[in-house]
Amino acid sequence: MTSVADRGAKHRAETLSKVDKARLSEGKRAERRLAWLLCAPAVLVMVAVAGYPILYSVWLSLQRYDLKFPDEREFVGLSNYVTVLSNEIWWTAFGVTTLITVVTVAVELVLGMALALIMHRTLVGRGVVRTAALIPYGIVTVVAAFSWRYAWTPGTGYLANLFEDSAPLTERASSLAIIMLAEIWKTTPFMALLLMAGLALVPEDLLKAAAMDGATAWQRFTKVMLPVMKPAILVALLFRTLDAFRVFDNIYVLTAGANDTSSVSMLTYNNLIRGLNLGIGSTMSVLIFVAVAIIAFIFVKLFGTAAPGSSEEGRR
Amino acid sequence: MAESTIGSGRGAKWRWGVLDLIVVVFALIPVLWIASLSFKTTATLTDGKFIPREWTLENYRTIFQTDQFVRALINSIGIALISTLIAVVLGTMAAYAIARLDFPGKGALVGVSLLIAMFPQVSLISPLFDIERRLGLFDTWLGLILPYITFALPLTIYTLSAFFKQIPWDLEKAAKMDGATQGEAFRKVIAPLAAPGVFTTAILAFIFCWNDFLFAISLTSTERSRTVPAALSFFTGASQFEDPTGAISAAAVVITIPIILFVLFFQRRIVSGLTSGAVKG
Repeated sequence: MTSVADRGAKHRAETLSKVDKARLSEGKRAERRLAWLLCAPAVLVMVAVAGYPILYSVWLSLQRYDLKFPDEREFVGLSNYVTVLSNEIWWTAFGVTTLITVVTVAVELVLGMALALIMHRTLVGRGVVRTAALIPYGIVTVVAAFSWRYAWTPGTGYLANLFEDSAPLTERASSLAIIMLAEIWKTTPFMALLLMAGLALVPEDLLKAAAMDGATAWQRFTKVMLPVMKPAILVALLFRTLDAFRVFDNIYVLTAGANDTSSVSMLTYNNLIRGLNLGIGSTMSVLIFVAVAIIAFIFVKLFGTAAPGSSEEGRR
Repeated sequence: MAESTIGSGRGAKWRWGVLDLIVVVFALIPVLWIASLSFKTTATLTDGKFIPREWTLENYRTIFQTDQFVRALINSIGIALISTLIAVVLGTMAAYAIARLDFPGKGALVGVSLLIAMFPQVSLISPLFDIERRLGLFDTWLGLILPYITFALPLTIYTLSAFFKQIPWDLEKAAKMDGATQGEAFRKVIAPLAAPGVFTTAILAFIFCWNDFLFAISLTSTERSRTVPAALSFFTGASQFEDPTGAISAAAVVITIPIILFVLFFQRRIVSGLTSGAVKG
């Protein structure tokens, strides 16, 4: 008997709480609706211009589709992938891209850290240094590339004249070195800025305490600063690695890919825009996308890089 | 480091001064070099000297007389401004929602925009080339504006949501308690606090659009929509037989000027924008 009354009471309580919840969440739901409404335009643009095309590019990569022979368009399955992956030119470009990525990011990490320390700690002219360091970041890459090209052009350039009778941009090794130099010049400041943000997180007290305990400058750097900065360093490395992997502008202006200096982006551009081969071009696009995804995965899984914003999500 | 935390004697100041000088020289040399080339006369262009022996404005006169450059400059300014404006408006809306409102899918949105920020742009070239050709967007302003907005959006969403999170939103409530309407509270209290962040983000987005080369040479084919970085790489000089080095240098200097001005005037803001967006997220 009592159980029925109990159940009734329980039921009533439940309905009440439901009504209550509905009333409470009225504001919550309005908030959600507003949020979605505010985000919708940005999401739509990103999906339409980045999401849909990447799927379309997978579809194109499965076809023979050459704009010079548009009638021969047909579905060929994975044969484009076989063509690209068994081609030496692709692997040469892949090797060049990997080399440039590894070398530039490594050098940038060291130089960027030095630059970050200088900008963080400098006693004189901090504003001037920061302003100067920002210029490579802001300047149009193509402009910088032209500057480097002319600098190394025999006769015209101030650098080419340092070495007698040489045209460094016509040989593979020296061209690659110049491409890397141009990349490093352009993006070290960006690396330095990201690292500087990490430096700002290092508590001053900790450094002072370490100094009191007799730690040398190097020990303070490796034992105190680096551990605290680790997340910032990993984020900077991830950003720069993915960015370096898409190197294009510098190569286009400096060598146009001559003497086997093409990066994968350069090769894709050549196949697509110069060769008008949409099938092969798309196959390369997809492969680059996969390579970038793998790099990002490695960073996030193995090194435990927190995606910007995710630490904050975790706290919630 | 040791010097700065413990003592800051004269020696330390000297050492820092030298380091600073190295940084400044390292950062400026390529810029000064291209400027130097742009001021050289045709006769001295190939002397390899870092400082011009004879100064001339001839190169600048040449490029402003050609339609090719003026047209490309107009395209660059127009396309970059429109893209920036739209990206900042859409990004502000989304960033406000992320910083202020609670809704499911927030994490996914942040994740997706992060994904796009790291996207290899070349992966979009093939599909966009084909899609734009079919839709008639190839070689139009809109054909460049759309990808620019897409790649500027993640940047604006990040930097702005970081800025917005720092705004003391309780001030809004306080203003309303003091009798301000929602609109007034937003306009008089929140908007002035948010404006610097929005402005900084706009500069970063503009630099991105102004800088782009890959989309500019892949999705355009004529003067109709070719931007300056793309036009530069196709520049052959006033006549076919003339060495375009001087003209290219002059054009390069012209498109560098806005960036130099931004950096000079808004150095502090650009630094805070880049660092807060990228690391504090």
